[in-house]
Amino acid sequence: MPAARRVAVVGAGPAGLSAAQAALAAGARVTVIDAAEEPGGQYHRTVPAAYAPRRPGHLQHGWRAFEHRRRRVLAHPRCTWLPQTSVWALERPRPGQEGPPRLHLLCSGPADGAGRPRRTLDVDALVLAVGAHDRVLPFPGWELPGVCTAGAAQALAKGERVAVGQRVVVAGSGPFLLPVAASLLDAGSQVREVLEANTAATTARGWGRRPWELAAQAGKAAELAAHAAALARHRVPYRTGRAVVEARGDGRVEEVVTARLRADWSVLEGTRRTVAVDAVCVSHGFSPQLELPLAAGCALGERAEPGSDTAGTRASGPSGSRGAPDAFVRVDERQRTSVPGVFAAGEITGIAGAAAARAEGAVAGWSAATGGSAPRDPGTRRALRALRRSRDQGRAFAGRLARAHPIGAAWPGWLRPQTVVCRCEETDYGSLCAAFATEAGAAPRVAKLNTRAGLGPCQGRICGPTVAELRRRLAGDAPDRPAEGLPAADPHRRPLAQPIRLGELAAPSAPLTGPGHRPEEESSS
Amino acid sequence: MNGTRAVVLGAGIIGAACARELALAGLAVTVVDRGGPAAATTSHGEGNVLVSDKGPGPELALAQLSRELWPTVLAQVAERSAEGRRAVQAAEWDPKGGIVIATTGAGAHSLARFADSQRSAGVRAEPLAPEALREAEPYVTREHTAAVHYGEDAQVQPAGAATALLTDALAAGATLRGGEEVCSAVVRGGRLTGVRTTRGLLEADLFVNAAGPWSGALAARLGAPVGVEPRRGDVLVTTPQPPTVFHKVYDADYVGAVGSSEEESQTSAVVESTRAGSVLIGSSRRRVGFDDRLRPEVLSAVAAKALRLFPSLARVPVMRAYGGFRPYVADHLPVIGADPRLPGLWHASGHEGAGIGLSVGTGRLLLHLVLGQPPPVDAAAFRVDRPAVLRPRPYQQEEAP
Repeated sequence: MPAARRVAVVGAGPAGLSAAQAALAAGARVTVIDAAEEPGGQYHRTVPAAYAPRRPGHLQHGWRAFEHRRRRVLAHPRCTWLPQTSVWALERPRPGQEGPPRLHLLCSGPADGAGRPRRTLDVDALVLAVGAHDRVLPFPGWELPGVCTAGAAQALAKGERVAVGQRVVVAGSGPFLLPVAASLLDAGSQVREVLEANTAATTARGWGRRPWELAAQAGKAAELAAHAAALARHRVPYRTGRAVVEARGDGRVEEVVTARLRADWSVLEGTRRTVAVDAVCVSHGFSPQLELPLAAGCALGERAEPGSDTAGTRASGPSGSRGAPDAFVRVDERQRTSVPGVFAAGEITGIAGAAAARAEGAVAGWSAATGGSAPRDPGTRRALRALRRSRDQGRAFAGRLARAHPIGAAWPGWLRPQTVVCRCEETDYGSLCAAFATEAGAAPRVAKLNTRAGLGPCQGRICGPTVAELRRRLAGDAPDRPAEGLPAADPHRRPLAQPIRLGELAAPSAPLTGPGHRPEEESSS
Repeated sequence: MNGTRAVVLGAGIIGAACARELALAGLAVTVVDRGGPAAATTSHGEGNVLVSDKGPGPELALAQLSRELWPTVLAQVAERSAEGRRAVQAAEWDPKGGIVIATTGAGAHSLARFADSQRSAGVRAEPLAPEALREAEPYVTREHTAAVHYGEDAQVQPAGAATALLTDALAAGATLRGGEEVCSAVVRGGRLTGVRTTRGLLEADLFVNAAGPWSGALAARLGAPVGVEPRRGDVLVTTPQPPTVFHKVYDADYVGAVGSSEEESQTSAVVESTRAGSVLIGSSRRRVGFDDRLRPEVLSAVAAKALRLFPSLARVPVMRAYGGFRPYVADHLPVIGADPRLPGLWHASGHEGAGIGLSVGTGRLLLHLVLGQPPPVDAAAFRVDRPAVLRPRPYQQEEAP
């Protein structure tokens, strides 16, 4: 009997846990890696939570299923669970050699001065399920304390019962605004209004004439209805076609300026209103965490359309603005990426919510454990078909979602020359305009070094996509093609996926050994 | 030279400096790059403007010329620009000085001898007593055996410097054509009269190969191969820190690594702060072709050497790593001059890790050679027809399949 395949799963959210479960069921030895202390942490904080039920009963139901999976996966004798472990780098095999990259880990360890121990892990297959984070567009004053991402506000409200403010405006685009507002109400905030930037016509077109059918398939309608009901109970107005276009305050946000928007998000003059607040929560969708897929060498493309055999063929991106598609990891029917031995699942392949992520994870885990070959026994084939159906439903929902809540092309009209775009380095819009208009300095990397946008501690996680988008508009066709050997400019490229202390980096690394992954006798490969 | 058409192949800092000199001298200059200007090697370097790492000889003379030119050139760029000093702000010129530190007895001995020889060539190299070193660099290791202060060493932000030089060249009448790749040569009567590019034919009186690590391949495409190969270097960047490192501080091993031809990895520590407060830590040198893979163990070796110089940086987070390919020539000298095999073709390449600093001197030297004027430094050592350039030792893939 051949030795069991070694599979590493990075990310223990819905997609990752599901991948681990499927890989274990297929006989693999599995190592599950997550930066958090507990599995599924992100599930309760960010993207999947966007569609998760808010009411305790529903939550409890989700929690039980999750608990069940978590126990089955993490307690499995062939599973090794590495909490509080970050993948700080992926090392691709030598040119000409195929296979997944070597994982470089920073493991949790005794909190002494020496820092976290560095470990390496070699596997037969790697499943990336690292999720997404909030995307927030800049507007004048968004750097003020009191302006936060909707995801951060919800994490505080749900996780710690702390309200970000007493009088709060929730603004941006997407159904995620509803559960965020609902959790703020739960935490005792007065939600002054919820503003969806897209017009009613845009959202209606996106959701179609019978949105509940699709939503019901994906199991979302009831949840969204519950949130809407909560808003109605508290008499919180939900307005479409209106956005926060400025935040003002002395040292922290004291008021916001809202304005009505056209379909392209340009401001209708004469509709500005000032609302007194002490916090504003903003979300303009989600940005996939692509540093590890890029480090592994995975090709990116646009979101996969249900039923298509290869992703990346969709004509227009969800942003709907001038050739600026949101990039996701390209996967095929078996969740294989362009790199042999590397699989991807969940929000990095398209923002589709927890249910689709779970289905994708199961397919990815199964493929990783079996090398991606077609299953022979009919039962497995049936099961995989069902999983793919569920995944496709999730993707169909995601497609609707993207069409109903696009980012309007005219949002940069909110900006002024002195509006900060990169909050870490305080780079303003005017400097970026000047840099992208400089013929000799418009290459992405050069403009980044010259303006410092994206060079700060967050390494462009917040402003990177925004700066790339502004470059597309301002520098037009200025070439950004890389030379031979150099990677393409990408706002998500971060060869160091996580910060690592100099002392940790300087210390020698050792291969990870243990029951779940690489036993000693195999170390000769 | 009015009316003479020059095409500069490569819009990195060397191409920018050459284009600027040629355009200011009245030539009709076109700069061609297959990507964006300064997007490759230039924006993946540290920005060293060093005299300290060069022993007496032609390269030191070029470094001294460049060091002298830098402040003047940047002042001229600012003067000529409507933006004034803002035009050179991103270049972050900083004449901070360098300090070289030896940590072994043998290292101290050779550092002292090296500094002696440099002084005889006019370099300001002042030995630092332990207390003077502590005053200059309070956080540096106490475990050192010798230190030398080089007041002339300086630093630029390489992409900003290249942008400033190229913008000035364009203001002087040069044209930039980005996203255009050179495919082949047009030779008439034994002379290079044109290049075919992805966008058509480009004719000129002279062509300057300033394609950095790709100039070997480009020259081969034009029918006159030169031995310029990529050598990989990696740099670490920390999160912004309170002032900790005040000069360009490096270990005396660096000079050895610069001069080495070994294919395996050479690492030595070069530690300095940037204007934004990040600490930049270099560097490694590996001949691995155009292999762009991140190699954590190489970064680890760089980190370990940096900590030997600055033990207190152990808890500082590294937030970014970047690497680039430097144009390497086996005898460690740049290639600057006309190609005797193909009239019309000139080279300005092969500066390896010193190209940022040497760029302005290279541009000035090339201009003099093109004009047939006596060069400001002896250019004989940089000539094209020397063994390392014409008969390079073939590059062996480090890890044969």
